[in-house]
Amino acid sequence: MTEAPAAPAPALTTRRAPGCPFDPPPVTQELREQAPVTRVSLWNGSTAWLVTRHEEQVALLRDPRISADSRHSGYPTVSASFEATRAHNRTFITMDEPEHNAQRRRFTGDFTIKRMQALRPRIERIITDLLDAMEQAGPPADLVTDFALPLPSLVICELLGVPYEDHDFFQRCSAVMIDTRSAPEAALAASQELLDYLEKLVEFKAEQPGDDLLSRLAEQYLLTGESTVDECAKQARLLLIAGHETTANMIALGTCALLQHPDQLAAVRDGSPQRVAGAVEELLRYLTITHMGRRRVAVADIEVGGQLIRAGEAVICANDLANRDPEVFADPDRLDVDRAARAHLAFGSGPHQCLGQNLARIELQLAYPALLRRFPGLRLDRPLEELPFRTDMAVYGLHELPLSW
Amino acid sequence: MRITIDEDKCCGAGQCVLAAPEVFDQRDEDGVVVLLDAEPPAEQHAAVTEAAQICPAAAIALA
Repeated sequence: MTEAPAAPAPALTTRRAPGCPFDPPPVTQELREQAPVTRVSLWNGSTAWLVTRHEEQVALLRDPRISADSRHSGYPTVSASFEATRAHNRTFITMDEPEHNAQRRRFTGDFTIKRMQALRPRIERIITDLLDAMEQAGPPADLVTDFALPLPSLVICELLGVPYEDHDFFQRCSAVMIDTRSAPEAALAASQELLDYLEKLVEFKAEQPGDDLLSRLAEQYLLTGESTVDECAKQARLLLIAGHETTANMIALGTCALLQHPDQLAAVRDGSPQRVAGAVEELLRYLTITHMGRRRVAVADIEVGGQLIRAGEAVICANDLANRDPEVFADPDRLDVDRAARAHLAFGSGPHQCLGQNLARIELQLAYPALLRRFPGLRLDRPLEELPFRTDMAVYGLHELPLSW
Repeated sequence: MRITIDEDKCCGAGQCVLAAPEVFDQRDEDGVVVLLDAEPPAEQHAAVTEAAQICPAAAIALA
């Protein structure tokens, strides 16, 4: 067992090396070389245990002595804006068992593999329409605005029953909420504005239900008195934000990465559905857009990786590092769409593993090949090093991806 | 190989169905794992082992 070092802990950062936008930050890569569990300091001067390897992360994320409850005083928030909104944003993702699974299971039936497979024709239609519009408008295009963001936004809107014409509004709120640089007051205001909107929408669904998730939520939980409108709206907000920010960034960043690896791009463009499904797992592993790590707090003493983590101490599982762990993925820094990548932690691990992962998979499995087949001459319109990567957003990716063909 | 599942732990991620669709399914109403074959044939063992390893909730036990 090692004692906590006396020297100041290195500051945790999401800053990547120049020219290496797809690789974890050099600071954390270096920490992984040193120890499986190591001290880092956070934005507010507090410290946390950074867990750097795959094995210990999976063990901890599955461990009931680890809490996802952000109300704990030791919980490691990502910024002042997230610190300000954490009490305001309580949903099942920051609950522990048994409350967590009871709440999560309200939605797991909506996101089964069968249900997601049934959406396939509708997603294909949306993709075709968006690509048609891009083609008609002609190059250049911003892939984020024209394809990567509208695709998952349209899909999650239809699934939830949120009017897509309100997308400018909810995308703006969402962008402020997940920007670590937002002023706390601005993050709170955006969070409240979106909540107010969704409360009204859930109340409307209770009166005039449609064939969508929010109507079911209103009927089953609001009208029965099992949940308040505030609770329903918070869950709706979580699903709305998680449903579009993540896939949108995977589409843009994945396309950007494939454009740097023409042989891998060709495999995705021309591959069988099975090969493309494998490629999507590899892109999820390689890019790990959930780059702030999985954040937890110990609720009992836990010994892991030769380190004693004491009850109350903060824990950050750096899933971007786990996804580059050479013990699990040979030659981990190489993008290889044919590798067996399914053990990646891009969706996290433990009972909180992404609820919408099978929706994301299908969207990505359909989006990449359709885009690459439609525009075989696709190329970056700007050098890689000049692209606006989302270093300070809770979800990594690109603010903009200018392309021509 | 004998498979046991813990329904209470299951978080409905569906990873087992992706890994071994002939052995695992999901309940329609809440996505909880349904075991189709508790003693699968040898050709399924590798896929089932992977399913147990990647199950986020560690809800699949093999004996």
